[in-house]
Order: sequence, then structure tokens, then C-alpha cells
Amino acid sequence: MTTMTMVKALNEGLRRVLEDQPKSLVMGEDVGRLGGVFRVTDGLHKDFGSDRIIDTPLAESGIIGTAIGLALRGYRPICEIQFDGFVYPAFDQLVSQLAKIPNRSGGRVRLPVVVRIPYGGGIGAIEHHSESPEAYFAHTAGLKVVTCSDPADAYWMIQQAAAGDDPVIFFEPKRRYHAKAEVDTGAAGLDLYRARTVREGRTATLIAYGPTVDVAVNAAAAAAEEGLDLEVIDLRALSPIDWEPLFASVRKTGRAVVVHEAPGNVGIGAEVAARVTEECFYSLEAPVLRVTGYDVPYPASRLEDDYLPNLDRVLDAVDRSLEH
Amino acid sequence: MGGQPRPAKKTAKNRPKPASTNEPEFVQLLTPEGRRIDHPDYDLNLTDDEYRGLYRDLVVTRELDAQGTALQRQGQLGLWPSLLGQEAAQVGSGRALRPQDTVFPAYRELGVQWCRGLDLISSFALFRGTDLGGRDVAADRFNMYAIVIASQTLHAAGYAMGVAMDGAVGTDDGEAVVVYHGDGATSEGDFNEALVWAGVFNAPLVLFCQNNQYAISETNARQFRLPPYRRAEGFGVPGTLVDGNDVLATYAVTQGALDRARRGEGPSLIEAYTYRMQPHTTSDDATRYRDEAELDFWRAKDPIVRYRKWLAAEQLADESYFAGVDTEAGELVRELRARVMALTDPEIAEMFDNVYAEMPPGIAAQRAEALEFQASLDDATTEGSEAR
Repeated sequence: MTTMTMVKALNEGLRRVLEDQPKSLVMGEDVGRLGGVFRVTDGLHKDFGSDRIIDTPLAESGIIGTAIGLALRGYRPICEIQFDGFVYPAFDQLVSQLAKIPNRSGGRVRLPVVVRIPYGGGIGAIEHHSESPEAYFAHTAGLKVVTCSDPADAYWMIQQAAAGDDPVIFFEPKRRYHAKAEVDTGAAGLDLYRARTVREGRTATLIAYGPTVDVAVNAAAAAAEEGLDLEVIDLRALSPIDWEPLFASVRKTGRAVVVHEAPGNVGIGAEVAARVTEECFYSLEAPVLRVTGYDVPYPASRLEDDYLPNLDRVLDAVDRSLEH
Repeated sequence: MGGQPRPAKKTAKNRPKPASTNEPEFVQLLTPEGRRIDHPDYDLNLTDDEYRGLYRDLVVTRELDAQGTALQRQGQLGLWPSLLGQEAAQVGSGRALRPQDTVFPAYRELGVQWCRGLDLISSFALFRGTDLGGRDVAADRFNMYAIVIASQTLHAAGYAMGVAMDGAVGTDDGEAVVVYHGDGATSEGDFNEALVWAGVFNAPLVLFCQNNQYAISETNARQFRLPPYRRAEGFGVPGTLVDGNDVLATYAVTQGALDRARRGEGPSLIEAYTYRMQPHTTSDDATRYRDEAELDFWRAKDPIVRYRKWLAAEQLADESYFAGVDTEAGELVRELRARVMALTDPEIAEMFDNVYAEMPPGIAAQRAEALEFQASLDDATTEGSEAR
């Protein structure tokens, strides 16, 4: 067991990928000599060189488009999009090219490309640096979408994403980048596409992912002081979602609250609510509730504490669920 | 466009000329009249068989393409993007390729595909709707058609970076990559990013722009103030303008650009100045934006007529050879037509099977559900017919 931050865990995970996979490479803006604006790729350029750790021109469509070409040539690119709000120039290359080429080819072509995106708010950033665009990609067939919530998952999930042959959009909750935790680098982590029960409970199920897992865990701890026994599930994979643990949990608790930073409208929470309702209808004691960002553009940072789901809003939703 | 080809406006200095009816300074080795001329930088010396072969390629390409249009008119294809008029650009560049080279086409590169010796059926299957145009791109070294304009230029740039990283360049017989795109593509961000990328990574890439004068209805005047071959220079990428209706010139210029890429000297751009004689696709109505006078202007520059004249004048081929090519093309058309008509609808399961390398449980469940639902309808139909 080693204690490390999520940034360090990702860095170590990438290092193992680069060591184990000779065709893997890291590419993006400032990922080389600078080591990335968050230092996730720190030191990799020095150790693996310019052909493996590629500082790219400042053009996101170019990053994904050329990664596709490199993958067609047999390489396994791991791309970095510097911030969530900068992914949109690459949208066509992600949703019409990366996602669809393998299917169009009739399965003859596989594109093992990982796209890392630091995402989410809570860091006091200027606009376009705090967004949660995961639903766009989860909606796109051909892409897989995952997000880590702690250093151990970060360490293993980035390696698992890079090991597969499908394109993976890998969301990293940037406000959790510097939280430290123990990482067991010896034992392989949970499968990439499995949800994880972070805390067991019987009163209600909190469903979270990425940055809101910590919010949910803290809410559950606070609720415990009031005698409420909340279960917390970390989805980890947003496409495909690992449904069975969710259904089992809701069948047990009868109540579910989904928590994410992205706006609620047509978001991951809506899909969770629909599927839980379809599958657990007779177990539900209350409607599935959502605690999410509001359906507005991400606000100026001085307002972000009022925008982001926090402990109080989560507990309020639990109370409303229990009132049914 | 008015009734006559419009002359350049003398008053607007910086405005591009309506290029379709002006003769730019381009590399030309064969005039529209079929006269072989010299160029200080480019020459071509092929064997007699190779010269005859180019004629065969041109005619076969034109006939197979015409069959695409015919099949669409007969309801056998959903759509067909004709290359009529662009045969020399495709055959000249296609024949300049070596087996180790890799092609990234746009979506009307039937002539290039033919020159690569590939089965053409995949392109017809795409437009028939029986599949999504999939082919074995690694074995063919010819990628799938790219419908989103200019998207393929970045794929080609990345692939070419990989070629360089593999150490497959730097000799006279190195590997090169060519990407086909049109004049409209030069307005897309991806095209410009591809030039940046290919330039800064010194990728062995040839961008082959078929400037056929139209992006559906819009002329060059709406795509650029500076023609693509000159814009390339701004990216540090050499650009060359070539008569795209001259098969010898497109061959020679492409060969030069490919050789440069092979040797590790980096990317270049070729602007093949040509004309799309047909509408954008079978769904387009070109009479709304251009007239007969303009078509006549370009008919006089037909790539096959001039080449046939030259072959005959040089006594490289005679009437019996030309007749033989016509006969062969007719046979190829009949064979292709039969194969296209025999393309059957795909199975329902196929829409699920290749989305992912590892199929997620949710898609597996939907696949089973769709098949089960279809089977239930089939059963109901069978029961219904038994009842009668």
C-alpha cells in the first residue's frame, strides 16, 4: 500500500501502461516538457521521449483526429484534453469518427484510444474550466465512458482503459486531484465497468460518480449521526452502466437519490431514474430523486458552491425521499 | 453564373477569380488538344503498356462511375456521387502510388480504388445501404470513405505520423500516405489542423485536393481568397497546382510529392484543378447554380478525349485497342451491376455486433430483444398464412 494523490496515481498508472504497452503513447497540449497543466504526465517525457509523450499543436480536433490515424497505424494513443470545456472542438472526431469507425468497418477496425478529460467544478476556475460534459459521450454508441473518484481507482482504471480495444472517455474529477489515499499497486482493481458499493446501508441509496462520490460519502456520514443508514454507490462506468448493483441496492432500500454535477436535464441521473423505475418499480417507496447542477451554464466561480450538489442538498433530497 | 462564362472582375483586385472559367498557371504535360508539352520541373516516362493502361483506367473508371449513376436512377442505390470529369486526377494520382502507400479517400474516389486493384463492391454497398462501407483497411491500404468533410485529413496526418515513427520513411522506397479531399474541405478546421500537424511533425503525407470547382453549389469564391496550393505554403507545406484533367501531369506531380514524402522530406499539397461534370450527387440539381456554357467550357477539356488523341497521334494505341477497352469496360460494368443487384439486406444482428470490441451487456440484451421481437413477428406471419 502506498499513499498518493489522484494526480500521482494517474501518473503512475500511465507509466505502467507505457512500460507494458510499447505501442501506447501519450499526446496532448503541454503533456510533454511541462508534464501537463495538472502534472498528471509529469516526468513521462523525460523517461519515454518525444515519440511516446507528444506535445501536440493547440487544436483538440487535431488531437483526436490524429490519434485515430495513429490507432489505424497500430498505435494506442492516450490523449489528454486539457480541460472539460475544451473538448467541444473535437466533438466530430469523437462522436462521428472515433465512436463510429469501428462499427462502420464491420468490426475490422478497432480504435484503442483513451481520451482523458479533467472535469467538474469546485476549484474556483474561470469559465469553460469547470464543466461536466459526460452525458454527451455516454449518449454516443461506440464510446465507453468512465470516471474515477479516488486514487486507487485512478491508478487501476487508467490502466484498464488503456488495455481494452474500445475507445474510452476517461473523466478525472479535478477537484479530487490532490486528495490523498492509499493505493494497492499490487492487486488489480475492480473491473473497469463495475459499479462499487462504497458504503452499505438500508435507509436509502445514494448514487454518485466522480467528484460527487465524496459528497455522497460525507452526506452519508452526516446522516448516520441522525440515525439514517445510507448506502453509497459509485457508478465508475457511465457507459455502459453496471445496473445490477444499483437495482439490488434499490430493491433493498426502496429509495434512491442520484447526485452529479452536470445539469440534471437529460443527464446521467435521468437515465438512472428511468432504469431504476423500470426495474425496481414495486420496490420503490419514493420517486427516484436527483441532486444535480442546475440547468444553466456553469456559473461564475463565486457562485459555484450554490450550483454544485453539496452535503445539505443531498440530505435535503434524502429527507424528501423519506417523506413519501 | 450568367449565360456566358463570367470574366474576372477587374475592379476587385483581392477577390478570387471565378476559377471555373479561368485558366490558372498549372503544371500541364498534355493540352486539352492532346499535344504533349514540356514542363521545367516535371516529366513522365512510362512504358508503352503503362501509357495504354492509363487509358484503360480512365475509361473503366468513367464507365463504372456512370453505372453508379444508372443504378441510383433505377432505384438500386440510395445515392451516387459521380466523379465524371475527375478521372484523370484520380487515375494519375492513383497510378503514381506504390503498393506500400496508404490512401485516405473522401467519398468519390472510385478511380483511385480501381487503380489500387481493389474490389469496388464496398463503395456500392455503402450507397446501396447494405452496409456502412466497411472494408479491410489494413490489408487494402485504402481507408473507408469519409462522409464528414475533411475528417479524413486528420486521420491521414496521424497515420502518416505513425509511418514516420515506425521508421518507414527516409529511403527512395519508403512509405507515403495520400489523403483525398475537395475544395470545400479546405474551409474546414480539420483540413487546416491537418496541415499544421503534418507540417510540424514532418509527416510523409500528400494532401491531394481535387478542386472540382464546387462544394455542392458554392464556388471557390466562397471557400477561399487564396487557392489551396498557395495556402499550403503558409503552413510551411509546398503546394503545387496541376491540371487535374491531364492524367500525365497528375501522375508526374503526385509521383514527385510521394517521393518527397518517402524520403522523409515531409508533407506537400497538390491542388488538382478539375471540374465535377455531374451534380454533387444524384440528389443534387446543378441547373440551379450553373449553366450549359460553363459545362461546355469544361467539356472541351475532357481528360479522356485529349489522352486518346495523344495515344493515337503517338501510335501508342489504335482503334482496335480503344474498342477492346470499351468491350472490357462493358463487361466490368455488367459484372459489377450483377453483383450490386445481388447485395442483400444485412441481418438485424449486424447493427449490434460491431459497435464495441467487447459488447456491453445492455447492447447484448437489446440485440436479443430485437431478434426475439422479429422472430415473434415472423411467427405471427406464419400462423396468419397457415390460418388462411
